[in-house]
Amino acid sequence: MIKLQNVNKTYFLGDSEVHAVENATLSIKKGEYVSILGSSGSGKSTLMHMIGLLDRPTSGKILINNKDISKISDNELSTLRNTYVGFVFQQFNLINKLTVLENVALPTIYYKSQLDFDPTEKAKKLLEHLGMGQRLNFYPNKISGGQQQRVAIARSLIMNPELILADEPTGNLDSKTGDEILQILENLNKKTEVTVVLVTHEKDVADRTNRKIYIKDGKVVDKYI
Amino acid sequence: MKQYKNLLKSSFDDFKRNKVRTFLTSLGIMVGVFSVVILIALGLGLKNYIQGQFQNMGANLIMILPGSGFTGEGGASFGGQGTVGGVSFDEKDVSKLERISGIDYVVPIFMKNVSVETESEKKIGSVMAINEDGFKLMNVEVYDGRLFGSADVRGSSKVSVLGNTIAIDLFGSVDKAVGRTVRFENQRFKVIGVAKKKGDRQADTAIFIPYRTAYQNINPDKKFWAIYLGVKSDKLIPEVKKKTEDTLLKRYDAEGFAVTEQAELLNSINQIFSIINIVLIAIGSISLFVGGIGIMNIMYSTVTERTKEIGIRRAIGATEKDILMQFLSESIVLSLLGGIAGLLLATIVVLIIRFFFPASLNLVAVLVALGVSSAIGIIFGVFPARRAASLSPIDAIRYE
Ligand SMILES: Nc1ncnc2c1ncn2[C@@H]1O[C@H](COP(=O)(O)OP(=O)(O)OP(=O)(O)O)[C@@H](O)[C@H]1O
Ligand SMILES: [Mg+2]
Repeated sequence: MIKLQNVNKTYFLGDSEVHAVENATLSIKKGEYVSILGSSGSGKSTLMHMIGLLDRPTSGKILINNKDISKISDNELSTLRNTYVGFVFQQFNLINKLTVLENVALPTIYYKSQLDFDPTEKAKKLLEHLGMGQRLNFYPNKISGGQQQRVAIARSLIMNPELILADEPTGNLDSKTGDEILQILENLNKKTEVTVVLVTHEKDVADRTNRKIYIKDGKVVDKYI
Repeated sequence: MKQYKNLLKSSFDDFKRNKVRTFLTSLGIMVGVFSVVILIALGLGLKNYIQGQFQNMGANLIMILPGSGFTGEGGASFGGQGTVGGVSFDEKDVSKLERISGIDYVVPIFMKNVSVETESEKKIGSVMAINEDGFKLMNVEVYDGRLFGSADVRGSSKVSVLGNTIAIDLFGSVDKAVGRTVRFENQRFKVIGVAKKKGDRQADTAIFIPYRTAYQNINPDKKFWAIYLGVKSDKLIPEVKKKTEDTLLKRYDAEGFAVTEQAELLNSINQIFSIINIVLIAIGSISLFVGGIGIMNIMYSTVTERTKEIGIRRAIGATEKDILMQFLSESIVLSLLGGIAGLLLATIVVLIIRFFFPASLNLVAVLVALGVSSAIGIIFGVFPARRAASLSPIDAIRYE
């Protein structure tokens, strides 16, 4: 359902060029549980942002369900980000002035058609399901990192996306809490067949996924060295 | 609908978090709207008041004023003492004018502020020395007792007719005044009548006396500050005005007096007020402009402060337009809050100054205040909001 063809992302800093992603070609199928594995600075995040439609490639094609998204408008991109992808970030990226419940329900206000569910009810259910039922009206800075990441996962799920993109979701957590978060993502993939793409630099984290995509110096490589 | 509710809620949430900043930012708009509304209220009130004064007087009126009247500098001070600049008229003018055909009556007017005493009270009042036709001219009707007549004027009787308000002030009740005595300028005057309440401060607080009676102490120069003519019909006004001017030109320079009819006078007063209004509104606009800059400034820093939030919102599906609307609605609400606060404050102040000065608020002022403050919110909010909307999602979410 996602295809990248010769995708490049180049940053121009004064005279020098940084090839953050170079000639990347890959595909991810629906329902897969994949990891993108690479060392720090190898271009994983850059790649993930392009897959998640947060960033546009300098050149190359990205196809989502066989649709080329390089030429679509901001409105269409936003709609896709709203309904098609859910992000889970290393820094959680919750909005601190909104409660846990409001954070989880936030994507629903950007949905331009009629919702077929009640946002608050659904947000509550997701949070309860992730063991956050007791923290609905807490603000993000009053709960632990592991709890914040659960909230972020609930937020990524509220619009029933086909794809969850998790960029180092365990990077800011201790190994036990990280394990729990990975378990949640794994279960999600198993039970709901949502595609999960996990970005990490830790081999043993990547080992838990069904397939690994290696990236080195911006290039997709066959083998991790 | 749901969307607007969300926008409003998010604006108010932010204001709650930054109460002081919100207050200070909308203060500029508040002051601007406050001054515009107050100025409009005062201008409007004064205009209504002066127009009311004229409408209180009979129609078909020609006024002879010293100097160039209301139309230029100098002119008469309304309700003041004697004259300012120009000539002052005397009895000779009156008798000459009386000979002009088409004139119903000629009223010489002299006014002076005096301290009025009864056995128990002492008040400042304004003496209006006129003849018996002056009551017709000013539409003054009797409430109790009688008005003075031509015999009283000819005989310089020491009689007075009190305006309704001053009668109450001096004697405690309108019904107790007739037959009593008032003292001013070392003379005693018998109160022979009390006028009906007119709702016009000038007439209600006046003490009317025959103009010849005033010659003794109050107006020893035997001069008048104005002469009013009642014309038989409005068709005769141009003709009578011409004859009046011709008559007066035999004695005075053209610059020394002004012959004005009521319509003309109203026109020039309206003109003066429209100029005053323009000036006042210009002053208000400047403070509104400054307030708008304040809003723009705060909105720019809000956008920078909340770059990460913008990035997060974009990542979960907000369009450029959603972000634009969020910040635009925030600046509109901010400005509108200031506008409403200014309007409320102005309303309170208007209600208070109403006791001392005619001031009135109208729907137009309210609509202008609200319209202008929302417009300022839009105009000065659109640039910061566009900056917010144009941030690239990925750069915004990475911003620390
Ligand atoms: N906005 C930018 N401007 C310039 N260079 C950038 C920018 N973003 C990323 N880069 C560069 O692109 C390369 C890849 O960065 P990226 O963040 O994708 O790496 P990463 O694999 O996610 O690393 P990490 O594991 O540390 O998160 C780096 O060399 C980085 O310096
Ligand atoms: Mg990264």
